[in-house]
Amino acid sequence: MSHFGSYEDRVKDFDWSIAEKELEYNDGDVINIGWYCTDRICQMGKGEKTALLWEGFGGTEKKFTFNDIRIASNTIGSFLRELGVKNEDRVCLFMDRIPELYLGFLGVLKIGAVAQPLFSAFGDESLFVRLDNAQTTAIITTRKHVSKVRKIVEKMPYLKHIIIVDYDGKKPLRDREVAFSLEEATPVEEFECFPTTAESPSVLHYTSGTTGQPKGVKHVHYSLISQYLTAKWVLDLHDDDIYWCTADPGWVTGTSYGIIGVWSLGVTQCVLDSGFSADAWYKFIDKHRVTVWYSAPTAIRSLMKAGAEIVKNNDLSSLRHLASVGEPLNAEAVVWSQEVLGKPFHDTYWQTETGSMMLVNFPGMKVKPGSMGRPFPGITAVVLDPESLEPIKEPGRPGLIGFKPGWPAMMRTYWNNEETYKSKFANGWYLPGDRSSIDTDGYFWFTGRDDDVINTGGHLVSPFEVESALLEHEAVAESAVVAKPDEVNMEVVKAFVTLKPGVEATPELELKIMNFIRKKLSSIAMPQEIEYMAQLPKTRSGKIMRRVLQAKEWGEEIGDTSTLEDDE
Amino acid sequence: MEEMKKAILEYIVEEYLEDDDDEITFDSPLISGGIVDSFSMVSLKRFLETKYSISIPDEKATPEAFDTVDSIATVVNEFVS
Repeated sequence: MSHFGSYEDRVKDFDWSIAEKELEYNDGDVINIGWYCTDRICQMGKGEKTALLWEGFGGTEKKFTFNDIRIASNTIGSFLRELGVKNEDRVCLFMDRIPELYLGFLGVLKIGAVAQPLFSAFGDESLFVRLDNAQTTAIITTRKHVSKVRKIVEKMPYLKHIIIVDYDGKKPLRDREVAFSLEEATPVEEFECFPTTAESPSVLHYTSGTTGQPKGVKHVHYSLISQYLTAKWVLDLHDDDIYWCTADPGWVTGTSYGIIGVWSLGVTQCVLDSGFSADAWYKFIDKHRVTVWYSAPTAIRSLMKAGAEIVKNNDLSSLRHLASVGEPLNAEAVVWSQEVLGKPFHDTYWQTETGSMMLVNFPGMKVKPGSMGRPFPGITAVVLDPESLEPIKEPGRPGLIGFKPGWPAMMRTYWNNEETYKSKFANGWYLPGDRSSIDTDGYFWFTGRDDDVINTGGHLVSPFEVESALLEHEAVAESAVVAKPDEVNMEVVKAFVTLKPGVEATPELELKIMNFIRKKLSSIAMPQEIEYMAQLPKTRSGKIMRRVLQAKEWGEEIGDTSTLEDDE
Repeated sequence: MEEMKKAILEYIVEEYLEDDDDEITFDSPLISGGIVDSFSMVSLKRFLETKYSISIPDEKATPEAFDTVDSIATVVNEFVS
């Protein structure tokens, strides 16, 4: 029996106080996510229950009970406090998916500091712009990634502490670097969490837009209310479940549902810290008897590509509920999972800014393959006419998705960028930047983005950021970056460049430029293809017409370019 | 084949290894070991195609086939005339 029951019954008389009551939270109380995910679960008598089953490269395993993660997060929090890190200071977590990432996240929250997780594949430039925007006080990292911090440390006088969690003593620590070993530190049994309240800042995730630098999405401790309830109802997490969220905590899914949702419910989760391989993933599910699996369309399509035969080598009968997030889940993937895994993936739609699920397919609800589902109770969702910004009444007519502001996990602002934050609202609606239609049954169907941001494998890439980085390459004169359709990743980054005089367009240069972007920004932002052009299409005023190049890639009509030339 | 493996290994060390102290060998897991991620496989494939003047079909460039220098060399060898 799912937690959710009937959609109509849940929507009727819904109030977020349902979650508040279950969490025993009253308006004005102290609310600290770190405490709720560890101490409270122990107080409920689940201290000896497994919280984390971690498996690293080569099959290395570690197991933590809820009491272990309580003490570990206390220990990390205490270490940070002793360094002088204060509440509301930003602390970046820049690691692969090792236990210290998960436990450090909770430790940061326990002292009232703001956790700023960043994807460990980011290059030094991507890292710098995000740390600089947040004026980050400390960064927790590993030997593998500290070299990227060292490249930029001189530009960051505000960064006081570089904490290396796997320091082996082979090379001397440098200025501002300090070693911390969770295994060797004295465990801190008793710890007083900082008394954060509902609106105290908790997490700062960075997301990319069409223009400008990445934006720091500020969340608060009250986000727990919707993360807890959506994890319970949509992921249908029960006390005896073994849950696997494949998202990296460098991105919002990895924190909202890879840490907060699951642990605030006191549910066991497992984490696999190794690269993707279909066989390894199926073996992981089999070995740990995973029951609830939250993954992403790109991973699902990669599994589809690996074939059905490989599935038969493993016992996946433990799987009870499957869900997906990150980009639209195509109908074929839903049909495939029903046929091959015996259960459909349930798509969920939300984003960094929303903090928790917004449009969902609940367990037990009829899944329409290709649809994003229906609004979570308490969420007012509409499709708006792009001109009038009034809700569209006719079923099937596409428009801009709009949400009525006010759910608990909604972002509170963009860090140091209130102006852009305000621009996300119009006519009383929050606009996530996607287009959709609604059918006669109230199901939402994704029709496209409303901007030029590239969604590759569920990660958003700003064309502007890649174009700017390309111009820093010595051979590139001009650049334009667009999305190119891709069978597995939905979209990938494609760059069009013109070269400086005298530079020869060769395959070797293309590879050099690709690697230049990979190291500077990230592998996600690296153009998967670079096309040399004699000149880029421009408006009369000299602005590059990205839209023309995008249309070319998608085989669409370019339209009246004379008009474009004027209005671009 | 040995020369080819050395060249591939050298390229991977130069381009993908973050920590100078890490050492990899011909049979170190690259994709499953998190040294080369799935997006970076594209640039690795491009390197192989450029260096050996070959074209590797996408269906041959799987995470499993690109997981070690040994297995990459086997794939490349198939296409080098």
